[in-house]
Amino acid sequence: MSRRSMSILAISLIIALSVGAVAFGASKELILATTTSTRDTGLLDVLLPVFQERTGYNVKTIAVGTGAALALGKKGEADVLLCHAPASEMELVESGDVINRQLVMHNDFVIVGSPEDPAGVKGVKSATEALRKIADKEAVFVSRADDSGTHKKEKEVWNKLGFEPSGKAWYLEAGTGMANTLNIANEKLAYCLTDRGTYLSMKDRLDLVVLVEGDAILLNIYHVMQVNPEKHKVVDGQGGKAFVEFMVSEEVQEIISKFGIDKYGSPLFFPDAGKSIEDLGG
Amino acid sequence: MDLIAEGITEAFRLLLKGDREVLRIALLTLRVSGFATIISAAIGVPLGTVLAVWSHRGRRQVAGFVNAGMGLPPVVVGLWVSIFLWRTGPLGFLRLMYTPTAMVIAQTIIALPIVTGFTMAGVGQLDPGIRLQMLSLGASSWQLLCILIREARLSVLAAIMAGFGRVVAEVGASMMVGGNLLGQTRVLTTATSMEVSKGNFGLAIALSIILVAITYVINASLTRIQQQS
Repeated sequence: MSRRSMSILAISLIIALSVGAVAFGASKELILATTTSTRDTGLLDVLLPVFQERTGYNVKTIAVGTGAALALGKKGEADVLLCHAPASEMELVESGDVINRQLVMHNDFVIVGSPEDPAGVKGVKSATEALRKIADKEAVFVSRADDSGTHKKEKEVWNKLGFEPSGKAWYLEAGTGMANTLNIANEKLAYCLTDRGTYLSMKDRLDLVVLVEGDAILLNIYHVMQVNPEKHKVVDGQGGKAFVEFMVSEEVQEIISKFGIDKYGSPLFFPDAGKSIEDLGG
Repeated sequence: MDLIAEGITEAFRLLLKGDREVLRIALLTLRVSGFATIISAAIGVPLGTVLAVWSHRGRRQVAGFVNAGMGLPPVVVGLWVSIFLWRTGPLGFLRLMYTPTAMVIAQTIIALPIVTGFTMAGVGQLDPGIRLQMLSLGASSWQLLCILIREARLSVLAAIMAGFGRVVAEVGASMMVGGNLLGQTRVLTTATSMEVSKGNFGLAIALSIILVAITYVINASLTRIQQQS
């Protein structure tokens, strides 16, 4: 093959591969800003194809921490949010940035750590008490530190204890997603506050075990809400409404109640549509 | 060591089985980075050539600007492209955020200074006599440009390879403006990063092997063209 035809071949090959890079996706699209836990557990991979089939909406999932998800909603960069930081969500409800907020499901947070448990927190009933022991012992603790719902919950427990861990040498602020934070805790034989779903989905690869669970403060509650279309022209109110209705529909609640049983032996989330936070005792 | 073996086995399994998702991710990586490289080359090669022979006083400043741009961190580009493309941003009406097009834009901005800078350096090393000779023979500016590029073709191809290498390897900008959407904007680097964070090290190793293989094949082909000329 001559040099010229070879170059032409190479160039046309690259052009052929490039065509379509600029092609737009489906016509109707909806931006869902959510927490990493819903993606990392695989729940959305199960739900979104069903939603797309029912409504024709192509959902773009931006999986970030809850803080970032709420910020995207407030900016009008997302149409619908699925988060787990009730107090921060209520601020947006009150400011009118989000509407139609509904309870979807819950699971719980747990404190995990290495089986050696240097601070001796295993079986401690109160999460606050457990963190106090960890702080007293100055045992290594890995925090999400990314303003996510999990991080907000962790701060809530520290606040209740009246202790500020930030800046302490044994308190590692990872600034990353849940799965990554668990990996770090696993490597460092450290303690970590995690949502049970992500922990269960990674359990096989981790040495960490659940040490503290069942305290009411550790409840992890997920709400879905749509961004107020009256605040931003670009927000798709119809699609947002459809997604909220979809998440609390009987069909989806049924899927949620079974999700994870085949793989982990127990469900990762418990469906709660129609209930109120008080019903959960949180 | 088990992990490496597992990763390599997984890579071969995915490739031999022709796993559709992995195939799609690999093709999208090629399309996005390939397209960004082509655009950068189309602009950067002529631009770099002109800058190399331009005798205006402003040349130094522009050249300094291009060279500084060669070190532009992808996350910075990602952030600024996001600011413009967010649907409430100045270019939001284009609805490009979280699309492959947004990734092409970001990667082009990353690759352009590299292609321009290396071309400029390559053409600048040519014997200045060529240019004077051509001008005395009555060559038009357009002809001169083509001749200079042809004379510096080894450097120009190296410039294009460097540009492609940079964008195919970057993860920060693609993650930010693409969103790592399954089946839409997930490329090999963002997928690898996500799988590592999820703890799927075997799959991450497999993806990394595929990425390195693609980069090798593309650069080997370009090297072959370079050596033959």
